[in-house]
Amino acid sequence: MAKFVKNTSKSQPAISTASLPDIVFMLLFFFMVSTSMRDSSMLVKITLPKASEIKKIEKKSLVSYVNVGPPTKAFQKIHGTEPKIQLNDQFATVEDIRQFISSERDAMNENDKPQMTTSLKVDRDTKMGIVTDIKQALRKASALKINYSTTKDVVLE
Amino acid sequence: MSRRDVPEIPSGSMADIAFMLLIFFLVATTMSTDSGIMRKLPPIAEQDQQDDIEIKERNVFVVLINSNNQLLVENQILNIKQLKEKAKEFIANKANLETLPEKKQVDIDLLGPTMVSKQVISLQNDRGTKYEMYIAVQNELTKAYNELRDEFSMGKWSKKYDNLSTEQQEAVRNLYPMRISESEPKNIGGK
Repeated sequence: MAKFVKNTSKSQPAISTASLPDIVFMLLFFFMVSTSMRDSSMLVKITLPKASEIKKIEKKSLVSYVNVGPPTKAFQKIHGTEPKIQLNDQFATVEDIRQFISSERDAMNENDKPQMTTSLKVDRDTKMGIVTDIKQALRKASALKINYSTTKDVVLE
Repeated sequence: MSRRDVPEIPSGSMADIAFMLLIFFLVATTMSTDSGIMRKLPPIAEQDQQDDIEIKERNVFVVLINSNNQLLVENQILNIKQLKEKAKEFIANKANLETLPEKKQVDIDLLGPTMVSKQVISLQNDRGTKYEMYIAVQNELTKAYNELRDEFSMGKWSKKYDNLSTEQQEAVRNLYPMRISESEPKNIGGK
C-alpha cells in the first residue's frame, strides 16, 4: 500500500476526462439547435449580392428556393457557363417554375398557403433578363411574396 | 453478504459516441440564416382592366438602370451613393416644392390628419443589367424609406421604427408607404 502511494505521487496526475462527454454533448446540442439540415446540393455556383436593409425569413418551412447561377465546374461541359435555374436537385427552365410552385404549395398546410415565400438566390453576376423572366413566371403562378436573398453588408454605410 | 448489483454501463466510450454525432451534425447541417430584401410582386393584370391610372409626372420618381449598370434618376445621371439622398428628398418633400410630389390629407390612427405625399418610385431596368446593381438600387431605395421612417419615429416617440409597437409601426408605414413600381424591362443593350 505504501509503495503504491509513493508511485502515484511521483508522476503527474492524469487530467480527469469524466466531464468530457458532457462537454461534447453540450456542443452537440448547440449545433443541433442552431443549424438546419443541408437540403439540396448546389448544382449552380452562387455568390449572393450584399445589402444592408435586410429582413430575416421567419419560417423556413414556408420558403421555396429558386437558385440561379452559372453551373458548377462538373456541369459546365453539359450545361455551359450561362446562368441556369436550379429547382430542388435539378436544372430547370423558366417554364418549370409554375409546376414547381404549385407542387410546393400543395405540400403546404392550408393555413400557411398565403404566407408562402419564394426566395430568389441569384448569383450577383447574373443578368436581369433571366431574373425578370422568373419574376413573371412567379406572378403567373401567383407566388407574390418574394425575397431577394442577400448577405449582410455592414461596410456599405 | 453481497448484494447482486446491476453492473454499471461503461461510460468510457460515451465521449467517442458524442464526438461522432457532433461531427455528423457539423458536416450535414448548415448554419446559414436566410435573409434578404422582401418584396411583393403585383398580381397579373386582368385582361379587361388595361387602362392605366394616370399619375402626375411630379409624383413619379423615375429610376432607370441601363445594361452598363449606369443610373439615370429623374433625367440626371447619378452615382449609386447619391441615390438615397435624392430619393429621401423626393419621398418626404419637406419643403413642399412644386416639382416634388403633391400631398394629400389622410387620417392616420395615432397621428390624426396628416399630409401624406403621393409619391411613387418607378424602377426600370434593362435585361442586361447586372443583378448586383439591381439589388444595390433596391437596397438604397429601401434604405431611403427606412431612414425616413426612423427619423419620424425618433422625432415622435424617440424610438427607432423597429422598436415601435405594431400600431405605431402601421401609422408610420401609412405616412411613408413604400411604393416601388417596376415596369417591364426593356431590351436595349442586348443580352
